[in-house]
Order: sequence, then structure tokens, then C-alpha cells
Amino acid sequence: MSFSVTAPSTRQKWIAGILVIGYALITLLPLIWIVATGFKSSPDAIAYPPKIVFDPTVEGYVNLFTTQTRLIDGNAEAVEDLPWYEKLVRERGNTIVGPSRFSERFFNSVIIGFGSTFFAIVLGTAAAYAFSRFKVPLKDDLLFFILSTRMMPPIAVAIPIFLMFRNLGLNDTHAGMILLYTAVNLSLSVWLINGFIDEIPIEYEEAALIDGYTRFQAFYKVVLPQAATGIASTAIFCLIFAWNEYAFAVLLTSGTAQTAPPFIPTIIGVGGQDWPAVAAGATLFLLPVMVFTILLRKHLLRGITFGAVRK
Amino acid sequence: MADVVLENVTKSFGDVLALDNISLTVPDGSFVVLLGPTGAGKTTILRMVSGLDNPDSGDVSIGGQSMTGHTPAQRNVAMVFQQYSLYPHLTVRQNLEFPLKSPLLKTPRELIDQKVKHVADILQITHKLDNNATALSGGEMQRVSIGRALVRDPSIYLMDEPLSSLDAKLRSELRIELKKIQADLGATLLYVTHDQIEAMTMATHIGVLDEGKLVQFGSPREIYENPVSIYAASRLGQLRINILPADLFPGAPTGARFIGMRPEHIAQGEGVESFVKRVEHLGDQTRLHLVYKDHNLVTVTDAHTPLRSGDVVRIQPSNPAYFDADGNRLTQG
Repeated sequence: MSFSVTAPSTRQKWIAGILVIGYALITLLPLIWIVATGFKSSPDAIAYPPKIVFDPTVEGYVNLFTTQTRLIDGNAEAVEDLPWYEKLVRERGNTIVGPSRFSERFFNSVIIGFGSTFFAIVLGTAAAYAFSRFKVPLKDDLLFFILSTRMMPPIAVAIPIFLMFRNLGLNDTHAGMILLYTAVNLSLSVWLINGFIDEIPIEYEEAALIDGYTRFQAFYKVVLPQAATGIASTAIFCLIFAWNEYAFAVLLTSGTAQTAPPFIPTIIGVGGQDWPAVAAGATLFLLPVMVFTILLRKHLLRGITFGAVRK
Repeated sequence: MADVVLENVTKSFGDVLALDNISLTVPDGSFVVLLGPTGAGKTTILRMVSGLDNPDSGDVSIGGQSMTGHTPAQRNVAMVFQQYSLYPHLTVRQNLEFPLKSPLLKTPRELIDQKVKHVADILQITHKLDNNATALSGGEMQRVSIGRALVRDPSIYLMDEPLSSLDAKLRSELRIELKKIQADLGATLLYVTHDQIEAMTMATHIGVLDEGKLVQFGSPREIYENPVSIYAASRLGQLRINILPADLFPGAPTGARFIGMRPEHIAQGEGVESFVKRVEHLGDQTRLHLVYKDHNLVTVTDAHTPLRSGDVVRIQPSNPAYFDADGNRLTQG
């Protein structure tokens, strides 16, 4: 609030606290709503006025993971021996005929999301290091060219990519999607990591060279640990893009390699609008990015070379 | 340890000639200080020896062997940098171990522990060994940095203004420590500084550099007493040498354009009349700022001098040095 160097007063702390909590509530409300809807029953989910207090149920999750059909002849088997989820479904006169495709699609998202992030980071770090440390001819032009791939929305080139993928047999393959997301993320990772490596004084590497290490070892033992923070945050950005990407996923995948984003909306169509199942899918879909971000949070917060540099 | 020889080393960066045909021998076991202002080429010489940069022409040899084409690792030199001296992501101990664990040395574990302990004891940083490198004061960082060089047994230690960023007290402490360590180990050291006190107190040899040229090379005494030029003369001496037109005083040899007098070359009591402009009492000595024919001079006098501003002092040169119009020393002077 104020630019004075004195510690904030109690009143200022209260105002700051209220502002932060208010802001958090506004941004988190959709998230809270989705998580809550996932645990509502179908009627509760569409009740008006909306129910704040409700009886939680895992129906949505059961529906998400299973395919069901109408139970024709009622009580052929002993209800007591059935597992809990079958009982839950029976209450609505349905029976489970098998698992749904959600876990497959979710797993596709994991492979493609983390796979493309991995390649974007490895290639991006290598390129950024070269740009930062070596005399690359036409360096500025190359960097600008790399950035220019981001100057239009990727979907603008959807049709050429679709045709290329079809001719190359990459349609609906994991390799194709990893390749595509890596290519899109590479400009981001090269630019961000280049910035982080530029910040690391070259003296550290020179010291390592004199200490008896090779160039690659100096990179691995001295540059990489110091760039870890930057690389981690770049990885999060790459993962979030690949994980959330919808347009290309709809266009280029339909079965084997379909990711979760195009799959989740299809749940709506199966047997009426099953909002709790959609919400459950969305909740589970949010988790990996959240966990990934929390795991890397330590790297994001830790000052890199703060204090070690005497200028 | 070994002799390090630079032969006709020339290096330019773009249009800037950083080193102009430098030939220099660092004898085994000597403490050679390169002295000169920023941009004189001091650091460039260190980089030539270390192999971080290579000369455009000329040769660097260590222990009689040409180092052309050798990587920094292969040269087996240790270097202390002016800045960014410690790896910030490692602890003090890991910093000290770093060179020993390199593929070059591959020191066995027990020996590493032994050497680290030994060096930590010398530099009095044993209690800080498990601190993060970033959690040290400036002086401690620089000690560790010197320690990282000392754990090794290289052909030569290269130091690039290792004390310049420290405060005066710490600098004078480490100066003495460093000289002692060098003497104890019999190490060969090539040390860069622009601080003439460091040069005077530690060096066995001083090389005076000016814009990429080696102007003079010799013992500190030799350079102090027998400078080859005004430039070399101005590099040493706590009080700068007084340079005045030679014809101000009688007895100048032919060709002399300037007379150079260190404070001890100004005899007081006889000769021409000068006026006291200012008196600075420093405790152990007193500095006299004099004016003679519109020229300023500085000299020292008795600590308890009764002289005051405005007084008249008679002065005459005693054993001064004469320089020609280009600033070069006149040999007969």
C-alpha cells in the first residue's frame, strides 16, 4: 500500500488481508463450484436457486468412470453381494456394463502433456544455452524467428497441420500430439530459459572450467542447478498449455490418442445432461497440474543466486 | 609449481588491442603482481595463462611446455575471481571440494576431507563449512574462494583482484595471510591488482602495465626507486611522486623536461622558498602541501612539526629522477 520503509501497521495488515482473501474468493469460486458440483446428485446440480448445502454423493464419479444401461428385470441377483458402486447405480434403476473411456483419455493427457513438456524443456534448455553462451551467427534473427512462431494463434495453422498430420500418418497418435505441443511450446521455453541463463554470470562456468571440468560438465553441474528455478516455472507454463489445449485435440484426435479436454464435453451427451459427472471429470482433470505446480513451488519461490553475487 | 612464460603475446578484442606483444616470465615460487589501471590488460593476461582466452599470436608455456591448444582443465591452474567467486547453489564444503572432485583430479574421499579440513583451518572457516555459500559475509566468501584454489596443487595460482571488494581492515588482514600462505607453500602466484599497497607488500616481482604494454618488470624496490617512466613512477608510492617542470630547479641535465621527486627526494631547510598551503597531521607522520612558483608539491615532515599554513619552507631536490618530453626516464639522471 504505502512505500514507506516502516513495518505495516495493524490496520494496514487487516486491509491487505481482507483484499487478498476477497481476491482469492473471487478467483477460486468457479473452482469451488466445480468441485462441489462433482459431489452433488443430478437434481441438486441443476436446482434453482442453487443449493449451497447438499447431501454429498459420489454418483458423479461413478457415472464418470462407468458406462451404464437400464436394468430390465429387477432383482435377479442378491443385492447384498453387489459392490457399493453397483448398488448406487441400481438405486436409479441402472446397471454397470463396463468402464468408461475416461481413464484412457485421462492417461492420454498425462502422456501427451508431460511428454511434450519434457521435450520442450530439454530442447529449449539446450537451445537457450547455446543462444546465451555461444556466438551463434544471426542470433538475434533466429531468436526473433523463434518468437514469431507465437505471433499468431497456433490454431491459425490448423488446416496445414491437419493435412500434414494426415499425410504423415500422425493423426490420432500420441507421437503426433507430443510433436505438435512440443513445437508450439518450444518458442516459449527457448525465450524464457534464455532469459534465465543470461542472468547467470559466465564466471561460474569459467571457474568450473579452471576447476578441471569440461564444458558440458560445467553446464550440468553449475548452470543447470542455478537455472532450475527458471526451468521449473517454464515447465509449468508448457504443461498448462499442453494439458489444457482443446482446439488441436478436437481436430487431430478422436480415439486412441484423444486427450481429456475433448472427451469431457462428450459426457454431457450420454443419457441426459449429467453435470455432476462432467464436474467430476473437470475436477480430476485439474488435479495433475495442481500437484505439479505445488511440487515445483519450492523451486519457484527460492531465490536463485540472491546474496551470492557481489556487485 | 613451475615457471610460467609469456612470449610475444598479442590479443585484441575487436578493434581494441588488449595485449601488445607481452613477454613476461613468472619464475617458480615467485609472487608476481601485475599493476595497472582498469583496461591495462591485467585480467587479459590471467585469461591467457588460464586458457579461458587464447592469444592471437605468441605463446604461453607452463613448466617449459607450450600451452597452445590446451583447455583450462589441462593446464592445471587455479584461479580466484574478483566477482561471482563461489558456486551459489553449493555449501562452503561443496565449493571447496568442487575442484578436487573434477574428472581432472578425481581425488579419493579421505584425501578430499583431509585437504578441505587443512585449507579450512588455514583460512579459519572451519565453523562455516556446512553453511550455504550465500550465507557468508563478503570476507568469508573471498576466503572460501581463495580456499578453493588452495585445495589444489596447481602449476600456478592466478588471482584477479581477490581483495578489491573487501573493506580496508579485512583487505589488510587477508593481504598478510595470503603472503604468508604463499611463502609457506612456496607457491607460484600471478596476482592482478590496481592497489599499489598490495603490490608493494606482497610481490616479489611487479609488472607495470599500460594499455596492453608491459612497461616495467622488476622487484617492488627497483620499480619504486628506478622507474623507467613517469607512468611507472606514478603507479607506486603512497604519496604520488611530484612531477614538475625540470627547469624549476637548478641542475637539470640536458633533455630533461620533467623532474620527479618522491617525498623523500625533497630536502627541507635549504634551497628555494616555498609556501605551506596545508598541513595534514596523520599521527605517525605529517603531510605538507607546498606551493612553489604556482606548482603544488606534497611531502612529509616531522610528526610534530610546528609549521602552519602560510609559513615559508626552503626546499631543494635530493637525488631526483629526470624524464624527457615523452615521460621516459633519462638514464644519466
